[in-house]
Amino acid sequence: MTDLGPLIPRNRAIHPVPYDPDYKTSVARSPNLPLLSMESGPSEETGPVFGHGRIGALDNNLILNWTKGAAPAVGERILMHGHVLDETARPVRNTLLEIWQANAGGRYRHKKDSYLAPLDPNFGGCGRTLTDENGYYQFLTVRPGAYPWPNRGNDWRPMHIHVSVYGHSFGQRLITQMYFEGDPLIAHCPIAHTIKSHGQLDRLVAPLDLAHSRPLDFLAYKFDIVLRGRRQTMFENKLEGM
Amino acid sequence: MVQKLDMLQETPSQTAGPYVHIGLMPSYTGNGGIYDEEIGVSPIAAGARGEIIEIVGSVCDGTGWALRDALLESWQADAAGIFPGQEGADPGVSGHCRFAADAVSGEFTLRTVKPGPVLHRSGGRQAPHISLWIVARGINIGLQTRIYFEDEDNSADPLLARIEQRPRVETLIAKKLGPGQYRFDIRLQGAGETVFLDL
Repeated sequence: MTDLGPLIPRNRAIHPVPYDPDYKTSVARSPNLPLLSMESGPSEETGPVFGHGRIGALDNNLILNWTKGAAPAVGERILMHGHVLDETARPVRNTLLEIWQANAGGRYRHKKDSYLAPLDPNFGGCGRTLTDENGYYQFLTVRPGAYPWPNRGNDWRPMHIHVSVYGHSFGQRLITQMYFEGDPLIAHCPIAHTIKSHGQLDRLVAPLDLAHSRPLDFLAYKFDIVLRGRRQTMFENKLEGM
Repeated sequence: MVQKLDMLQETPSQTAGPYVHIGLMPSYTGNGGIYDEEIGVSPIAAGARGEIIEIVGSVCDGTGWALRDALLESWQADAAGIFPGQEGADPGVSGHCRFAADAVSGEFTLRTVKPGPVLHRSGGRQAPHISLWIVARGINIGLQTRIYFEDEDNSADPLLARIEQRPRVETLIAKKLGPGQYRFDIRLQGAGETVFLDL
């Protein structure tokens, strides 16, 4: 097996700013001092491995997983699917993806969420899967509702699904959110706009994918994910000065 | 014009939000049972070799208030300094744990095996440490840091050596409270701000 080199340093310019007064909670939770940058080592280049044995048959079906298949969740049925690649465009195989979201009314099944929209007794709101040999994944779920949140006087979150990915090393760890094409609330969301480049924010907006929609069943949305890559040269393991 | 670089860009991060537990620790918020087995419940199994330790701590914001909603993940080598998945690794060590700040007190607890020193690509040796990744509402990209140990020889560690302001090294070192007991507080901002990493 190729001895992979260090992780490619993270380009922080594409990521959200840590401190953003429009997202009030970030103000006291963002470090003031610079991060300590170094080349990655084994602690960042290794990571947990999750076997197929741990993933249940319904884990990636949020319409059915809360009731173990007994009754479907309420809402607009959607397929969320895509590929996980690294920066060198290689598929990230057998990596764990986890998602969580509000129900169709915009309410989370969490003890801290007291929004007046009702809980759906048939919807838990989380799912997980492993990518296949091509880095491909699928989730069947319902479109989450938009909801208000306490920030400025009248802030609303656009429809979104939270996504957590591991990759193959702890230094690739990433959490992000998928938004939906055409949602007018994206333009007003201070969390979405912690990403200062519109071009980068657009990369979190999943297009409607009619070709992969199933007639008389569900609409599809495509969401590809890119994780950090590894530098691979013939010169990684030479002694210093060689 | 020049040739194109055939590189993709990493997907931008977004905050994990206040409800991250639904997705990563469903039992924590009362949604247990949705999965047969949750991820990262413990970094060790019965029979793990080495010293079992417990690290308690909190994650404080710039006002000194402990976050009640922080979620942390750890990754570490076994007692011999070998990472899970590498040849000769201790099968009793998965090395990965998820743990959350307590919703009332803000305190977290990590129970694990004390890692051994880790060899670096350059041939150097890193002092025993546990890598941490911290997410919460208001944290727009997960924060990386490390736990080192007060009772280990940290003098030759290449990462600690890179910290210019020497008193800041202390922010990465867990204080020993007693046999197998440590305290490690994380300060996101302001006085005593933890050294966060970009590795």
